[in-house]
Amino acid sequence: MGPTNVTDPRYYHKVVDCQWACPAHTNVPQYLRLIGQGRYADSYLLNRESNVFPGILGRTCDRPCEPACRRGRIDETPVAICRMKRVAADLRGDVTDRLPTAPAEKNGKRVALIGAGPSSLTVANDLLPLGYDVTIYEKHHHPGGLMRFSIPSFRLPARVIDEECGYIIGMGAQMKYGTPVTSMRALLDEGYDAVFVGSGAPKGKELAIPGRHDAPTIHVGLDWLANVHFGHIEAIEPRVLIIGVGNTAMDCCRTAKRLGATDVKVVARRGRAQFKASPWELEDAEEEGVAILENHAPTRFIVDNGVLTGMEFEQLHWSTDTSGRQHSTVVSTTAIPCDAVILAIGQDNALPWLERDLGIAFDAQGMPIVDRATHQSTRAGVFFGGDAAWGPLNIIWAVAHGHQAAISIHLHCSGHDVSHRPAPGMTLTSAKLGMQSWSYSNDYNPSPRARMQHEELVRRFTDVSVEVELGFTPEQAAREVQRCLNCDIQTVFTDRLCIECDACVDICPTSCLTISPVRGSEDELRSHLSAPALNMDQALFASGPLPQTQRLMVKDEDVCLHCGLCAERCPTAAWDMQRFDLQFAYAGAAPGSAPLNAPEGR
Amino acid sequence: MTSINKPPVRHPSDRRNAIGLTKADYEGGMSTLCAGCGHDSVTAALVQAFWELDLPPHRAAKMSGIGCSSKTTGYFMRQSHGFNAVHGRMPSVTTGANAANGELTYIGISGDGDSLNIGLGQMVHAIRRNVNMLYVIENNGVYGLTKGQFSAAADLGSTSRKGEVNEQAPIDPVLLALTLGATFVARSFSGDKAQLVPILKAGLSHRGFALIDVISPCVSFNDHEGSTKSYAYVRGHEVETVATDFVPLRREITMPESHEAVTTVQMHDGSRVRLHATAPGYDPTDRETAYRHARACLDRGEVATGILFIDKAGRDLHDMNRTVDTPLAHLPFDALCPGKAALDALMARYR
Ligand SMILES: Cc1cc2nc3c(=O)[nH]c(=O)nc-3n(C[C@H](O)[C@H](O)[C@H](O)COP(=O)(O)OP(=O)(O)OC[C@H]3O[C@@H](n4cnc5c(N)ncnc54)[C@H](O)[C@@H]3O)c2cc1C
Ligand SMILES: Cc1ncc(C[n+]2csc(CCOP(=O)(O)OP(=O)(O)O)c2C)c(N)n1
Ligand code: SF4
Ligand code: SF4
Ligand code: SF4
Ligand SMILES: [Mg+2]
Repeated sequence: MGPTNVTDPRYYHKVVDCQWACPAHTNVPQYLRLIGQGRYADSYLLNRESNVFPGILGRTCDRPCEPACRRGRIDETPVAICRMKRVAADLRGDVTDRLPTAPAEKNGKRVALIGAGPSSLTVANDLLPLGYDVTIYEKHHHPGGLMRFSIPSFRLPARVIDEECGYIIGMGAQMKYGTPVTSMRALLDEGYDAVFVGSGAPKGKELAIPGRHDAPTIHVGLDWLANVHFGHIEAIEPRVLIIGVGNTAMDCCRTAKRLGATDVKVVARRGRAQFKASPWELEDAEEEGVAILENHAPTRFIVDNGVLTGMEFEQLHWSTDTSGRQHSTVVSTTAIPCDAVILAIGQDNALPWLERDLGIAFDAQGMPIVDRATHQSTRAGVFFGGDAAWGPLNIIWAVAHGHQAAISIHLHCSGHDVSHRPAPGMTLTSAKLGMQSWSYSNDYNPSPRARMQHEELVRRFTDVSVEVELGFTPEQAAREVQRCLNCDIQTVFTDRLCIECDACVDICPTSCLTISPVRGSEDELRSHLSAPALNMDQALFASGPLPQTQRLMVKDEDVCLHCGLCAERCPTAAWDMQRFDLQFAYAGAAPGSAPLNAPEGR
Repeated sequence: MTSINKPPVRHPSDRRNAIGLTKADYEGGMSTLCAGCGHDSVTAALVQAFWELDLPPHRAAKMSGIGCSSKTTGYFMRQSHGFNAVHGRMPSVTTGANAANGELTYIGISGDGDSLNIGLGQMVHAIRRNVNMLYVIENNGVYGLTKGQFSAAADLGSTSRKGEVNEQAPIDPVLLALTLGATFVARSFSGDKAQLVPILKAGLSHRGFALIDVISPCVSFNDHEGSTKSYAYVRGHEVETVATDFVPLRREITMPESHEAVTTVQMHDGSRVRLHATAPGYDPTDRETAYRHARACLDRGEVATGILFIDKAGRDLHDMNRTVDTPLAHLPFDALCPGKAALDALMARYR
């Protein structure tokens, strides 16, 4: 293994597990430290740079960062990264005078965005400050997309959506509400310099089994939730079955509970291990008295004289064959009585308004062909992002897509090749303040993960809009900050200074370090370290030859606590703790000189 | 000094030894020595050796005198007995402790100043008495604690940090111990744990006085050009004379059997120490060759390392004095203090 190239920002970026896993690469450890210092507004604005909707995401994000969090490899539960965003948002005070603004003088470029969901709004957020004239076409009368009319208000209050969408729209986006785009051709004819399709994947999947259309109390989840949002539906029958066990199913069952249902069952084809819903959503639903049935495949609706009385299921047994594929066998058939059914088995893309002869190519599955890095379709100047690009994802991915699409639109409008993407940069700043003092708290806090306070059960069912999660108290938040291991404070090594005294190797609590002879391969090295480096997802750092013996300093990044003890015990400052700041590129950054294909961390 | 204690988190592969202890259980307080001090590496090697030997901490006694080196008994095995003696007096205190209770494992940690200057008269008698103990000299050629004066281990012509030249001949603990009849004599280097750990384990398994002179650089006062006890000098002049393979009881031998020059020594506890001499004709069980070789290395400015001499037939303090095996604290009172009649009978022998 030769010397590790730490001048490539990807090396240190990957060490910050949460930031690497976050589609928008939010600088988590830094925003947590700001919360710890009571600098809530600074923390909010730092969040906003990358994820744009801290208050929304602090309540609803799918949080891919948390399973990645290093703390989870050390004491099982990750830092409560997501809900800490909400702390910053709740306590930020007035930040309006610190938000980006659009210049009075425009750059003369006009872009159209279809849909006012998180992906389009992110594009607008990035382009308005550059002087673009941004027009957003939205079918409904409010911004936010599925965040507003699918995610129930007991999880995400409307005021939070209003505020955060308002920050962007307030920069001067021209909102065409109640204006569905019905013909892409007509829109293109209006001569925009670029068009972004952020219309989402707004069609709920159907379940084509007997009886589907024989009773009025069988709903498609996505439409049903929207109808609840718009006030068209205010009640539901007592016994409700929800078919499917994804995130939509979770919102449907909990909403049904609030609209008067007394007996709500979520029915899944597969076993719990395969459920798509997040564990915390399942937990919340079960706490509210929702029953969850596994291994049931629906076969027909039982309808009596136009009245739904039940549903029939096959009970399945799943087994795994030698190639790891799952197979089901039918064990028996059962009927479950019910008065209403909500189908929550997925979403489909629907772009009926997009003519197929505009040079925008579609694949065999009917999905537009979109470049993974540039978001450009096969027609130059037409970009896709969010759920409309590759099917339903989530808010944070929609935001990440929006940033990338904005970069492309800016490159496109300023005459550059959209594949010449601006490269991310980094800064490293020593965290050393004095002999043994650091600009971060390096001690380990053994506290368990903070527990979210919830609204009392009885209060929850009085109104659909009673927010269930109450947020963390400032005291809880301050302690949770201490659980963060500060993975962005990197251990930075200087070969030529090392005298091979072993002090760092000896002090490291988690046996990360080894001074090793040169080995043939990384695999061989991994099994010959102070402790075996078994986590293959985690990088090994190897130095150049050390001055006295030409051996290498090797670090397994897996369970480094970033405690700084190696640097404190190093007599020559060969190890230093340095704060890594990823300079992620946004629209407006100088274009790269060559195509940059792999987007960071995906 | 570090700003924090070691976090109580360990690597996921961290294992327990045969008596259910992790390596962390053999650690002690946080070191207050200078960052990069060789003594801390010796501490880490000791922790490793204790853990591998399944040593019960409550059956060990950590003995030391005064000096940076002598402070290190605070940094390992926090659950064992210990005594921090006056400067240079650790050998006699240990001799007394061992006389009273020969069942404990005695771990003496000293410095070159503590052992070869103020405590020289003490150490030589502990060697002669073959007190059953591990005796580690953390040798940096200076008085580290008092800011770097030459010790008796400083080599002729070596210089202090400020450039002053040492004009007095050194006392080499290895040569000294060999002339005094020591039964286990070794030298190692704090920067080479692969060598040091098996030597420590062999020393701990040896019944009798096990002297290990560990070159342990003082980064603050003796790690400069002109020093013969610096990391760079030792790396440039080390000659591993005897390689050690410590084979615990019921464990397989890892060193290839085929080597003609391998000497296997069976220790009291059933473990074996396999010694492979690199110098032609070197026999680590022959005091004469060991002495001649160590002497020649010293003259050439080389640092001969390894278990240079071992004699497991030697009799220890208790054998020579024909004292009881049972710790005095465990003897029944009438055996420990047999009464006036017995005293009178004894006194009668001297009349
Ligand atoms: C029930 C449910 C719960 C969810 N919960 C979460 C969650 O907790 N966390 C999470 O991260 N994600 C969640 N999601 C997913 C998330 O809401 C979406 O992935 C995200 O909103 C997609 O953003 P987008 O910008 O691509 O489009 P959308 O949010 O779908 O917005 C698209 C917008 O375009 C408009 N539009 C569509 N067609 C046209 C047209 N022809 N002309 C004009 N306007 C048009 C729509 O009205 C809409 O406002 C959930 C989804 C559902 C269905
Ligand atoms: C009786 C007495 N004399 C002198 C001293 C001062 N003194 C303290 S430590 C030391 C020398 C220690 O040298 P060494 O044993 O080599 O230990 P090091 O610090 O180098 O590890 C001296 C002379 C003392 N503490 N007590
Ligand atoms: S910061 Fe240094 S001492 Fe601390 S865990 Fe990481 S490598 Fe080990
Ligand atoms: S503590 Fe510093 S000088 Fe010593 S081995 Fe580690 S990096 Fe090298
Ligand atoms: S003065 Fe020398 S011997 Fe003492 S702690 Fe510092 S480096 Fe070690
Ligand atoms: Mg000394």
